[in-house]
Amino acid sequence: MAIEYRTSPGAPLTNDLVRELRKDFPILDRTVNGNALTYLDTGATSQNPLQVLDAEREYYLGANSAVHRGAHTLAVDATDAFEDARRTVAGFINAAETELVWTSNATEALNLLTYSFANASQGIGGHDAARFALGEGDEIVTTEQEHHANIIPWQILAERTGATLRYIPVTDEGLIDYEAAQTIVSDRTRVLTFTHVSNVAGSVTDVEMLVSLARKVGAITVLDACQSVPHMPVDVKKLGVDFAAFSAHKMLAPTGIGALYGRNELLEAMPPFLTGGSMITKVTMNEAQWMPAPIKFEAGTQRVSQAVAWAAAVRYLDHLGMDQVHAWEAHLGQLLAEGIAEIPGIRLIGPAAGQPRAGLAAFHVEGVHPHDVGQLLDEKGIAVRVGHHCAQPLHRALGLTASTRASAYIYNTTEDIERFVDQLSTVRAYFGY
Amino acid sequence: MSGLEQLYQQIILEHSKQRTGEGLIEAEGKRAASNHQYNPTCGDEINLRVILKDQEEVIESISWEGNGCSISMAAASVLSEMAPGMTTQEFQALVDDFREMLRSRGTVEPDEEVLGDAAAFAGVSRFVARVKCAMLSWVAAEEAAKEASA
Repeated sequence: MAIEYRTSPGAPLTNDLVRELRKDFPILDRTVNGNALTYLDTGATSQNPLQVLDAEREYYLGANSAVHRGAHTLAVDATDAFEDARRTVAGFINAAETELVWTSNATEALNLLTYSFANASQGIGGHDAARFALGEGDEIVTTEQEHHANIIPWQILAERTGATLRYIPVTDEGLIDYEAAQTIVSDRTRVLTFTHVSNVAGSVTDVEMLVSLARKVGAITVLDACQSVPHMPVDVKKLGVDFAAFSAHKMLAPTGIGALYGRNELLEAMPPFLTGGSMITKVTMNEAQWMPAPIKFEAGTQRVSQAVAWAAAVRYLDHLGMDQVHAWEAHLGQLLAEGIAEIPGIRLIGPAAGQPRAGLAAFHVEGVHPHDVGQLLDEKGIAVRVGHHCAQPLHRALGLTASTRASAYIYNTTEDIERFVDQLSTVRAYFGY
Repeated sequence: MSGLEQLYQQIILEHSKQRTGEGLIEAEGKRAASNHQYNPTCGDEINLRVILKDQEEVIESISWEGNGCSISMAAASVLSEMAPGMTTQEFQALVDDFREMLRSRGTVEPDEEVLGDAAAFAGVSRFVARVKCAMLSWVAAEEAAKEASA
């Protein structure tokens, strides 16, 4: 099926162009409490364009069958679609197709890593896997800025292996303290894991700096790329990280699928996490031999239709051009930051207005709980996220229990941001401040 | 009244700022119990103490410290104002009525004679995501009252 796009490839995003794009997203036409929907919660999950939904439907209508098995034509077509999707998604971050493992979501990707490391620590995977084995005296370093998905798996791994989990602290603005990082990363550091873009602060991490710290001490680097891959050009080779996790539903595709990137050499050496059907070559009553990566990590029936849909989302984004996506979102991010910062009694979290930030902004309204802020905005049809955004340690460091976050994407206009800022400016008065 | 006005009744907005019962009352030597409730979705929490009178099954005071939205703070305040002087049985009946109203999705007309200021939370029942906010302190008080009289 030839896919049709409404705009010419790589055209700069403008309000007019975004209005055209919005026709691909029928959900954005619905009303909420009698108002047009203003969707500013892409940081939590994005909306899917027709091209993506159609791709998934086409797959089910024309090729659905079991992949990597069976000799019939449908099985071949399904396997082709599945592996083409892998090439497409891997190519999007400049990885080889053998370097991309499908997972249920980014959380599972990070758990895959930590459980594989735990297996290696118990001797599974033999000599090759010893480089992933952790024990007493070893340190895993993460940051106080992380999403819980990049904290708890490492807590469990530390508990299981006797390694110590350490944190690079954040500054008063909620930004990674790079000076502290230099003393925390040491010869004992075996893993350094960090987010690329903070889902709360909206800051972009200096990956180059942290990767160079890790390399000096021979530590494995892990990047949480959930908030970067959907929004900016990401080249894992240029960044030089060993592993990266990201997910489809934050980039115009359905829920249920995520991915782990790992350098070929590392994926080959790493023992599997989930085991069972599909991931083996030879099985006896006592043991099994594994397929090469990435199939080694993909036990059981895979998420074929979601992979196909994700590839369609990648093509949609490629058509827009990630440089253009990034430029538009940087613009929207600035408008958000400026608008929020100008309202009295509201504290902007993360980089100050005018400083580089992603297309999202979290903030604290003095005297008014985020739930109440979100409720008032919802009354006007404006969807934002309220709560701790799965980043309790970061909120604690900021002296907060929760915050409100607006996050934009390719389907948001500058008018969306203005409508949001206008409503936000009425919130404190409503609650008597 | 718009949906929002039903949710944020004046009584609720006032109680959320002028809070009754905030600050834990010392319970040494008294028949008392404390309970902690936490809402993991928003991080709201409350630490609440029920003190009973010496010889009777009557609530002497409810005091609390907590952090939360206007609905949860106002609910704790209204509770602390209404409960003192009630027998533990009367209090349990009040909690049951309050819970029934909140779970009704707007179908139960509150009896103001029974519920008093707590009737102002009727509008919350239409906002399913906020029912937990209103119940947080009431659940804490229900548990603490049971424990204190046990």
